Amino acid sequence: MAGASEQLARQVRWRPLETAFWLAALAPFAVAPSYLSLASQVAITALFALSLDLLVGYAGLVSLGHAAFFGFGAYSAGLIAKHCWSEPLSALVVSAALAGLLGYALSHIVVRFRHLALIMLTLGFGLLLLEAANSASALTGGADGLQGFRVPGVLGFKFDLYGRTAYAYSLLVLFLCFLVARRIIHSPFGLALRGIRENALRMPAIGSASQAHLRKAYTLSAALAGIAGALLTHTTSTVSLEVLSFGRSADVLVILILGGAGRLYGGILGAIIYMVARDQFSGVNPQYWYFWIGLLLVAVVMFLPNGILGGVSALRKKAQ
Amino acid sequence: MLSVKKLNKSFGSLVVAQDIDLALPKGTRYALIGPNGAGKTTLINLVTGMLRPDSGQIFLGEGENQAEITALQPYRRVRQGLARTFQINTLFPRLTALESVTLAVLEREGHAHNWWRGLPAFGPAADEAASILGSLNVPAEKPTRELAYGQQRLLEIALALATRPRVLLLDEPAAGVPRDESAALFAAVENLSRELTVLFIEHDMNVVFRFASRIIVMVGGRILLEGTPDEIGRDERVREVYLGRSRHAA
Repeated sequence: MAGASEQLARQVRWRPLETAFWLAALAPFAVAPSYLSLASQVAITALFALSLDLLVGYAGLVSLGHAAFFGFGAYSAGLIAKHCWSEPLSALVVSAALAGLLGYALSHIVVRFRHLALIMLTLGFGLLLLEAANSASALTGGADGLQGFRVPGVLGFKFDLYGRTAYAYSLLVLFLCFLVARRIIHSPFGLALRGIRENALRMPAIGSASQAHLRKAYTLSAALAGIAGALLTHTTSTVSLEVLSFGRSADVLVILILGGAGRLYGGILGAIIYMVARDQFSGVNPQYWYFWIGLLLVAVVMFLPNGILGGVSALRKKAQ
Repeated sequence: MLSVKKLNKSFGSLVVAQDIDLALPKGTRYALIGPNGAGKTTLINLVTGMLRPDSGQIFLGEGENQAEITALQPYRRVRQGLARTFQINTLFPRLTALESVTLAVLEREGHAHNWWRGLPAFGPAADEAASILGSLNVPAEKPTRELAYGQQRLLEIALALATRPRVLLLDEPAAGVPRDESAALFAAVENLSRELTVLFIEHDMNVVFRFASRIIVMVGGRILLEGTPDEIGRDERVREVYLGRSRHAA
């Protein structure tokens, strides 16, 4: 019966294409040094999308308020830098813990609902947090944003004008979080999440406490989103209300659907395409670039229902 | 092993379970029969906790080990050893058969919450899943949605077995399976451990009389009769009600 464990182990193995991908992520340092700030924005967005993938792609839940956790992490990091200390790595850990705590608290309500109710609920929580941050201007700076702090550098490297340190920092954190996410989805817990996605009704009938699984998924996902938000704060030395906006929640969902949900690399690929497209299209016409994003989204959903990565893997299967 | 006392359930004015009393001893093979709408699946839903009874009690276990499970959530009843299958395939379409059954084993062993160790560290669970699938002749590697329908019916049973039940409730295990194949499916049920208490719903009387050691007849939310196949076969009321020659009071 050695074959059974072998079958499960096969999916977990590190593929050559993955190594190639992460090596390619280093290319901007040499090839596009003037685009390094964009590259760190991409890495941060990719991490945000990866955190949402745990919920959407693996547990099969929908969220239109994921910016709540991103923004919570961003503000946590900003407040730590402003009032407490300026060392970013420890601040990253604390922000992740705080965002995770918020996710855990909200999960007790959220996991009882599905479908449309869940979408409205997550949307509602997102709006609540946005307006709370807006009105608590003494703490958050309100509509002017949180300013007046600076994170000088990380691990002795100063944040420079070209964004070298910022990209190195964002990429490293993205990679480490990716390793964690990869381990999560290949763990028994990850299998249970896929079980919930595939058939929530069957789970209790095999003795599964689905709600406990979902609460944990929310907590982990919120913590990862919080790290992404804190990264943005550290690399830009400012926090604006936009980190909590509905637009950010919607964008990250679009990015995930575009790249392919439930595929680990889908969010990363989606972030690259979306952010680069936005950068290029808004250069051509700053007002109407959402038109092209809209067109891309319609095309992907119509012709590649499992996202770009889903389309690629279907093509590869056909070729075999 | 499983007993039910004075179980009642109504949806508005429709009574779906009325004063149900049952006591299934360890290792018995029970068939639950009755016309459509008699409340057979409802009874399974009540016993497994997918429906809440209006009144009554449910117990699992025998003698000193007997425990009331009436208020337990469905997944807790499964962990106590009460498993079921579904009349309509209720599987994990995009998981392979091996992943599905391994998941059930991991849940039983209390490992499913583990998010920091990779699946390859849980080889024994996968091996056990493979041996359950092997004993039922279900291909392990294929995604569930690509399995033949009959294999999916067997996977239903494999998932329930992976929870290591003491009582197994099979809701029309051969539903939709051609007649000549259903005998093979019930042969698999017959080969299950003699320690296991089994109750199955089935409409094919040949199968019922061949595989059941006792038969329960339900009509209109009530238990009409319980007895050995011989007793049931001789009973005039059963013939009338079950074969549809009555005035259709229900």
